[in-house]
Amino acid sequence: MNIVVCIKQVPDTNEVKIDPKTNTLIREGVPSIINPDDKSALEEALVLKDSIGAHITVISMGPPQAEKVLREALSMGADEAILITDRAFAGADTLATSNALAGAIRKLDYDIIFAGRQAIDGDTAQVGPEIAEHLDIPQVTYVEKVELMGNELKVRRALEDGYEVITVKTPVLLTAIKELNVPRYMNIKNIYTAFQKEVKIWTANDIDVDKALLGLAGSPTKVRKSATKEAKGLGELINKPAKEAAEYAAHKLKELHII
Amino acid sequence: MNYALTKEQEFVKQMVREFALNEVKPIAAEIDQTERFPMENVEKMARYNMMGIPFPVELGGAGGDNLSYVIAVEELSKVCGTTGVILSAHTSLCAGVVYSFGTPAQKEKYLIPLAKGEKLGAFGLTEPNAGTDAAGQQTTAHIEGDHYVINGSKIFITNGGVADTFIVFAMTDKTKGTRGISAFIVEKEFKGFSIGKLEDKLGIRASSTAELIFEDCIVPKENLIGQEGRGFGIAMKTLDGGRIGIAAQALGIAEGAFDEAIKYMSDRKQFNKPLSAFQGLQWMVAEMEVKIEAAKQLVYKAAWCKDQGLSYSVEAARAKLFASEVAMEVTTKAVQIFGGYGYTKDYPVERMMRDAKITEIYEGTSQVQKMVIAASVLK
Repeated sequence: MNIVVCIKQVPDTNEVKIDPKTNTLIREGVPSIINPDDKSALEEALVLKDSIGAHITVISMGPPQAEKVLREALSMGADEAILITDRAFAGADTLATSNALAGAIRKLDYDIIFAGRQAIDGDTAQVGPEIAEHLDIPQVTYVEKVELMGNELKVRRALEDGYEVITVKTPVLLTAIKELNVPRYMNIKNIYTAFQKEVKIWTANDIDVDKALLGLAGSPTKVRKSATKEAKGLGELINKPAKEAAEYAAHKLKELHII
Repeated sequence: MNYALTKEQEFVKQMVREFALNEVKPIAAEIDQTERFPMENVEKMARYNMMGIPFPVELGGAGGDNLSYVIAVEELSKVCGTTGVILSAHTSLCAGVVYSFGTPAQKEKYLIPLAKGEKLGAFGLTEPNAGTDAAGQQTTAHIEGDHYVINGSKIFITNGGVADTFIVFAMTDKTKGTRGISAFIVEKEFKGFSIGKLEDKLGIRASSTAELIFEDCIVPKENLIGQEGRGFGIAMKTLDGGRIGIAAQALGIAEGAFDEAIKYMSDRKQFNKPLSAFQGLQWMVAEMEVKIEAAKQLVYKAAWCKDQGLSYSVEAARAKLFASEVAMEVTTKAVQIFGGYGYTKDYPVERMMRDAKITEIYEGTSQVQKMVIAASVLK
C-alpha cells in the first residue's frame, strides 16, 4: 500500500506570547512544529504501516526551513519525504497551495492520501478537500476512526452532534482530526537514519501544473486589510444578586447613554 | 570549536523533552511518594529505542552517540531524577560494560536485549564494607568445573530489585588485592541469586535500590568479563563513563528546579509585585543560571570527549563534582524562592532537592572526584 501524507510546518501556538506593549504576537524564538492535525494524519498512516505494511511519503509545501518537519516525520517512521519549495509558490492561498500539492501527488503512487483537517495558523480546512477535487478522488473529512476492510476503508466521520460511518474505495483522501489517535514520538533510532535520507526538493518546474495556478497569481483570495484588535480595559466585576446586578448594570449603561 | 548540537542531538533533545513532559512528569510525584518503580515508562522508553542510545544498531542500540544519551538523561531528570538514574545505571553501568569489555558471544546474548530494552540492567560493586574503598571486596568467586561459584552480597544497587542482568564484581584471588577482582554477568534466574533488602531513601525514591545476595550462585564460565583479575580496572573505567550520566542527571535536576522557580517568580506576588521584580531574588536567579550553564558545558564536554575517543576520566570527574554540587545548591535555592510552599509536597522543588543530594554521593562521592582531579594535576 502506498500512502501520501500532507504536512505543514506551523508555529507552535502554545509557545506564542503576546507583547504586552504592542499587543502583537512575538514570533521570535517560537519553535516550528508539525501541524497537530497533520501529525494525527501521519500517525494513522504509521498505524496502517505497522499492521499491514505500507510505504509512506510525506509531502510539504513551504520554505526551505520546512525540511525540519519532514525530517521529524521520517524520525516518526515515514519512508520518504518531499519538500515542494519555490519562490513561485509565494503568496499562495489555499487554492494555489492545493494545486501545487495535487500536482506533486500526481507524480506519486498512492492508495490513501492523508491530510490534517486544518492548520492551527490558518484554520481554513480547505487544502485537503481541494487536493481531492483536483485529483478527482473521493474524500472523507473530519475522520476520527479508520478501519481497513479488504480493498475498502470503513471510516468514521465526526459531526457536531454524532458521526457518520462511511465505506470508501481507494484511492481516497482522508482529513484527520486529533480524536483519531495519539501520535507517537520520534523514535531515537529513526532520528539517526532520518538525517541520512534525502529530502527531495521539488520546484514549480518539477510538478506538472500551469504556473498561472500557483503562488499569488493563482490565488483568488486577497487580504485587503488586517488589523490588531485593540485591548480593552479590565472592566468592572459586579458581585451582587442577579436582580440588583441587572439594575446596577442598566443604571451604568444609562449613565453612558448606551440605553 | 563548535558549540552547537548536531541536528540529530537537537531532535533527541526535542523528542525526550516531549516524552518527559507527557509521560514522566505526570507520575513523578506519585512514584516518589509510593516508591513505585515506573516499569510502564521503562517499557515505553524501550519502544522508542531510548534504552540503548549510544550502541550500534546491529547490537540492538539506536546508533547514536554519548552526547545524545547524556541529553536524554538530562531531559528526563528535569522532571524526574528517578527516571534519569534508571536510564543512566542501565546504559552506562550494565549495557556499557558488555559493550566495552564483552566478547562477541556476550554481546549477542546480553547486550542486544539490554540495548533494545527487553532486559533491564544493573551494576553490583558496592558492599557493606566496600564503598569508596571498592578494593575491599568480600564477595568471592571460585571456579568449579565449567562454572564459577559466587558467595557474598552487594548493597545499594540501583535498579537492583527489578533488573534482569547484573554486572557483578567478586574476588577470584584474595591474595592479589585489586588485581584479584573479576567481573561477571549474572542473570536474575541464576541458581543461588536473590534480592535482599530494598532501601527506603531520601530521594530518587522510585528507583529500586536493592541488596543482592549470592549463596553458592552458579555462573557459567563464559560469563566472566575479560580475564580473571581485570575486574577492578573494568569497574573504574565503567564508573568514569557512569559519572557522565550522573552528572547529566544532576544537571537535569538543577534545570528542572530552576524552571519551576522562574515560573513561580512571575506568578507569585508579594507587596503587590511579582517575586521576579525583587532584586535580591534576581541576583539569586543570575547566580543559579550561570552555574547551570557552567555545569552543562562540563557535562557536554565530558560526553563529547568520550564520543571523540579522547580520554575522559578527569573530564567526567569535573563534570560530576561540579554538576552535583550545582544541583544541590540550585534546588536548595529553588525551595527558598518558593518559601513555605516550596517546603510542601504541593510543588515539585522539595522532591528535586531530595533527589539532588544523591548525585554528590553515588558513582564516586564529591571527595572521590576531587581525588581523581587532584591526582591528574599533581602527578
